[in-house]
Amino acid sequence: MTIISTKTISKKIWLAYGVLIIAAAVLPLITGATLGNGWVRVLDFVLLYAMLALGLNIVVGYAGLLDLGYIAFYAIGAYVYALLASPHFGLHWSPFIILPIGALVAGFFGVILGAPTLRLRGDYLAIVTLGFGEIVRLFLNNLDRPVNLTNGPQGINLIDPLFTLQQPLQIFGLRITSVYFYYYLFLALAALVVFVSIRLQGSRIGRAWMAIREDEMAAKACGINTRNIKLLAFAMGASFGGVAGGLFAGFQGFVSPESFVLLESIMVLCMVVLGGMGNIAGVILGAALLTITPEIFRDIATPLQKALIGRTIIDPENLRMLLFGIALVATMLYRPQGLWPAGKHGR
Amino acid sequence: MDTLAQQLANGIILGSVYALIALGYTMVYGILGLINFAHGEVTMMGAMIAIAVLNALLASTLALPPLACIGIALIISIPACCLLGMTIERIAYRPLRNAPRLAPLITAIGVSIVLQNVAMMIWGRGYQRFPDLLPNQPFTFLHASLTPTKVAIVVISALVLACLWLLINRTKLGRAMRATAQDGQVAQLMGVNVNRVIAATFAIGSGLGSLAGFMVAANYGQADPYMGFMLGLKAFSAAVLGGIGNLAGAVIGGLLLGIIESLGAGYLGDLTGGVLGSNYQDIFAFLVLVTVLVFKPSGLLGKNTVERA
Repeated sequence: MTIISTKTISKKIWLAYGVLIIAAAVLPLITGATLGNGWVRVLDFVLLYAMLALGLNIVVGYAGLLDLGYIAFYAIGAYVYALLASPHFGLHWSPFIILPIGALVAGFFGVILGAPTLRLRGDYLAIVTLGFGEIVRLFLNNLDRPVNLTNGPQGINLIDPLFTLQQPLQIFGLRITSVYFYYYLFLALAALVVFVSIRLQGSRIGRAWMAIREDEMAAKACGINTRNIKLLAFAMGASFGGVAGGLFAGFQGFVSPESFVLLESIMVLCMVVLGGMGNIAGVILGAALLTITPEIFRDIATPLQKALIGRTIIDPENLRMLLFGIALVATMLYRPQGLWPAGKHGR
Repeated sequence: MDTLAQQLANGIILGSVYALIALGYTMVYGILGLINFAHGEVTMMGAMIAIAVLNALLASTLALPPLACIGIALIISIPACCLLGMTIERIAYRPLRNAPRLAPLITAIGVSIVLQNVAMMIWGRGYQRFPDLLPNQPFTFLHASLTPTKVAIVVISALVLACLWLLINRTKLGRAMRATAQDGQVAQLMGVNVNRVIAATFAIGSGLGSLAGFMVAANYGQADPYMGFMLGLKAFSAAVLGGIGNLAGAVIGGLLLGIIESLGAGYLGDLTGGVLGSNYQDIFAFLVLVTVLVFKPSGLLGKNTVERA
């Protein structure tokens, strides 16, 4: 490949991303006008999960370190926000201070998790990270005694929103509530995460991660400081998760340990793997699919049964999860590389 | 002193169940190098099917003696789970044998979601009560209060483990399994039907898991669609603790984990002056796991594998 052609390709890629961003900017307005504001909220979650999945993509997709406890960093970010901006401790700091703190704290925990697991690989690493995720959740669940730090299973309520809207705006007859503002805030941050991911991918660090993923020994022999580079992957991934967690807490206004169970970690991992590991667009696609499809199932599960059988015999929630499980299996059987796999650098 | 004896006894009971389930994980891992994440759900299905059969038998007019009822329940539930395990392997794992490493992990997760929700559709979200069939008069043995059921759990587990040991080391199938675990391709060249061996491994593992699920249900007096998850996670921890892929390791890991967990739950409150209660019981499994893996990454009995380039 010549230098000129790489340049045009990357220009094309940047152009494509520009078009995408414009499309993403008008998407909530169309969705809100046709499907209602409930679906705009779903879009907010798509962006939140996309950020989370892109963070995990650094660890799993680039560096090849299978992390099954990733949701712990999301939880840490969320609780940092919740503790510093809620009546629980009476602190009401600004989100602009808390979000970076959340990223730092989560990144710090990423290194704490990473340091002892440097020697582990593959499935062992998966299970230790899984254990780490569960330990974090169990601590959040039980740290209401002796000092009430996390308020235990009840979680923390009345968290300050990221911003408040005095009254909904009216634009072209569309009621613009705060979910729209959240959408654009999340979109901006997600675009930032995408930008960082793209820049990382081709950077010295990104190439070092991929070298470690392909062959750790060879990477070491080539002079890569595998210890530091792996820790960096953990810290980076974790801090992305921490920011997403902080946003989640400010968006939701409520956090409890129940939001951070293993199934959530697995969901985020599924987004990465199903979409196409190591490919940014694929990961975003995975996040969108796995956030939107369950919502569609939720909407159609009951009417569909009513239309087919005449009454609801299966609990819609069960049916939704059942179809989801089948979809996971089917997708992997027919597209084991993911729906939108990475190119030659990816896998 | 009495607490110690009691918690040790509880730990051994819990541990023998963990060991049975851990064997299912470790056998599959030894042969395929794959974490069968759906194994916990198979265990849960075993317990639920057995309870359903028991309830049906009790509701019928046959009036069989309790032990016969339990025998029939096991005769139905164990083969059902063997079949389930083989089906899972056939559908979700076999087509992906040469796929990227994470693909079978995702299908395993998909299968466990499906199984959990099927169980909820059939039996509802709540728990199923285990019928009062078993003799439950407690008696005291070496300062520990036991019931015949609890003793039976340990004895049956030991017997099953002995049978499994014979199967692996003394039969043709066992030899084929060991050969496949060492090197599947070479085993195939030597005339071993690798696919059949793998199917048999899944069947045996699922059968053991189903028996273990039944025992858990009998011990706690209930079963629910969510039980498979924690049980599977703990048993997997046990398998890793002992050195995954190693059968003796799974048994030792299971027993150790059970004992550590029980002792931890029993003493944590006293040791910390009531600050940390037994609600931290579940943390133990993971703390032990993380600690062992950090200091001995291949588990207690695992081989120190040379890094493959």
